[in-house]
Amino acid sequence: MVWSWIPQNWTIIWQYTLDNAFLGLVPPLIGLIVAIPLGVASVRWRWTYPPLLSLASAIYALPSLALFVVLIDYTGLGNLTVMIPLALFSLCILLPSVVDGLRGVAEPTRQAATAMGFGDVRRLFEVELPISTPVVVAGLRVAVVSSISLASVGQLIGVSSLGYFFIDGFQRDFPTEVYVALVLVLALALVCDLILVAVGRLLTPWQRDQRGRRPATAWLGGAPWRV
Amino acid sequence: MLATQSPWRRYAALGVAVTAALGLAACGSSKSPLSGSTSKGTVVIGSANFPENELLAEIYALALSAKGVKVTDKFNIGSREVYYPEIKKGAVSIIPEYNGALLTTSVDTKSTAATTAQVNAALKADLPSTLEMLNSSSALDSDSVTVTQAFATAHHLTSASSIAALKPYAKTMVFGGPPEMQTRPDGPAGLKARYGVKFKAFDALDESGPLTIKALQDGKVQAADVFTTTPQIITDHFVTLSDPKFNFAAQNVTPLVYKPAMTPTIISTLNAISAKLTTAGLLAIDKAVIVDHDSYSAVAAGWLKAEGLPS
Amino acid sequence: MGFFTYAFNWLSSSQQWHGAGGIPARVLQHLGYTGLSLLVAALIAVPLGIVIGHTGRGRFALVSLANIWRAIPTLGLLIMMAVLLGFSALTWLIPLVVLAIPPILVNSCEGVAGVDPDLKDAALGMGMTQWQLLRKVELPLATPLIVLGLRTAAIFVVATATIAAEIALGGLGRYIIDGLAADNYGEVAGGALIVVVLALAVQLFFAGVRRLIVPTGLRSQGKGPR
Repeated sequence: MVWSWIPQNWTIIWQYTLDNAFLGLVPPLIGLIVAIPLGVASVRWRWTYPPLLSLASAIYALPSLALFVVLIDYTGLGNLTVMIPLALFSLCILLPSVVDGLRGVAEPTRQAATAMGFGDVRRLFEVELPISTPVVVAGLRVAVVSSISLASVGQLIGVSSLGYFFIDGFQRDFPTEVYVALVLVLALALVCDLILVAVGRLLTPWQRDQRGRRPATAWLGGAPWRV
Repeated sequence: MLATQSPWRRYAALGVAVTAALGLAACGSSKSPLSGSTSKGTVVIGSANFPENELLAEIYALALSAKGVKVTDKFNIGSREVYYPEIKKGAVSIIPEYNGALLTTSVDTKSTAATTAQVNAALKADLPSTLEMLNSSSALDSDSVTVTQAFATAHHLTSASSIAALKPYAKTMVFGGPPEMQTRPDGPAGLKARYGVKFKAFDALDESGPLTIKALQDGKVQAADVFTTTPQIITDHFVTLSDPKFNFAAQNVTPLVYKPAMTPTIISTLNAISAKLTTAGLLAIDKAVIVDHDSYSAVAAGWLKAEGLPS
Repeated sequence: MGFFTYAFNWLSSSQQWHGAGGIPARVLQHLGYTGLSLLVAALIAVPLGIVIGHTGRGRFALVSLANIWRAIPTLGLLIMMAVLLGFSALTWLIPLVVLAIPPILVNSCEGVAGVDPDLKDAALGMGMTQWQLLRKVELPLATPLIVLGLRTAAIFVVATATIAAEIALGGLGRYIIDGLAADNYGEVAGGALIVVVLALAVQLFFAGVRRLIVPTGLRSQGKGPR
């Protein structure tokens, strides 16, 4: 372990960390933006959900590397080639989250909103989605952490991330790079996860008294893991 | 249970924060999310996925930046099979190439050109119109058929022995190399055609990197494609067999460029670099990066300075 | 040409089906990596998860750990093992086991811990010992989640094992890595397609396991991915 390597190369280390952060944060957001209308549709027209879910499972099972490679022909060698599959995987995680969240809104609550004069859209954005926030944030946490980790695979097609240090450290037989990058990926994921937890809390002030009763494990049940 | 105040304000604040954060990350990130072809005067320097090539690309990048050219780098793209289509259409403008390998794998698989002069002439005639090879350096880094010292001694081989000397033993040998070697004309097929050497199997390893070195050392493969400027050839006393029939055509380090993106400054800078690059010099800087683990930019800058070139 | 056209063209060429690099051989290699890793992971994680879920100790630590675990980059871990161990079975076994353990561990834990407290009270009230409680009440009720954990881990390992080819291992990843190197999309697409089919087969396999292990009354629980 060559500690001096870190300060000597801090510029590129930071550069690749930022690149990785970008690849880890933007695709889940895109996935979320797509998941919301899809989730709303799945709840409204129940028959659409099982096929959508099956499609999502099939896509989720695709090896990320294969997807990256197949896209090169269409989107070239830039970030987009990695971002699209990552967004797709995030969508596969977030769709069930959005649907579960929306379904978790108590029927009396929805009816009360309608009775108060809320139209469908307003009810969605001001009542149902806010109430779904904890479940959606839980899904978003999974999506972000997975994307941060998966982004490193993109290095195999030259899209930069902390994965660069895995490959380079391997090629030059220089374990220091590999260890440092591993720690940084984990640290980046941890920081983003904590930020999302904080954001979740900020967006759900009404839950502050309830916290502690429901374990934080709500999302753990079956949320898929991913490579 | 309903929020007593509209959540819009909170979501809006969140949206602003997210956009700001991403903007910061995107600005810090060296690439734009979309890659496209380059405008005149800006160049995209690519490299293949192994350290020496990244080092050469770094040298080009530093020298060109010093001359005021706007440079974007796209290193470690992959094997030639991946980056060649990209440079053909201009998504990459410059890449450090090896003339013989380029010729026999991507431009004219049937070519029998062997020496530097023959290879360059063939390339000049056959490269697509958007591409051009600049001046070749004298530095050679070729694919090879290399064995361990122990194997060489046991079978009475030296570096003067031809690859053909392996013929009687090949049936029991596994040959290792980069994955793309398996289907290349100068891979197992070429070795069989030119030397009658038919290996038992091909093991896909890496670009003459630690996997290949370890496989050779551990006996997982009995012969391997170790690039001739790999420092471990010296440190581990490997024996590279000679290639009199030019299965591997001359492989001088030569910049491959996308013509529409070139300017006279760029061309003269790259030619100046090629004029100074020698095999010994290349081997030395490879050792610095691969064995001594110095950083690419430091070694590149050091070499440019030592050769009196802009850095 | 679309993904499927590439894939089918490659798959229909008969040479892909023969020899050491042929599809049957690679599928078997791939299943070997998957099966062994899953077995080792299950042997470690199922008992451990059950114990943590039953006693409740260490559960909070487990939750925190699980999220970090999700962040471990497979490629990085594989490369670290290759750097440390060179070519040995452990090089691929350890990363795959490490990555398979969390879903199994967490689901086993939650399965046992999530049993209705009233049921536990009733059982203890009936005079059951802790061990009987575990065996007769908690375990049967936990089976849907345990099987879900195994299934999740299995699919995960099937997909991860493709990256192992990057450090010169066999398995279906070879088609993807080698295809990438040789710019042969047919090979990449074909390899990817087989992995997906394999993943679906694994899902079917675990549906069968569910039928066998999970008591009839509980079968409607813990079905799809959440």
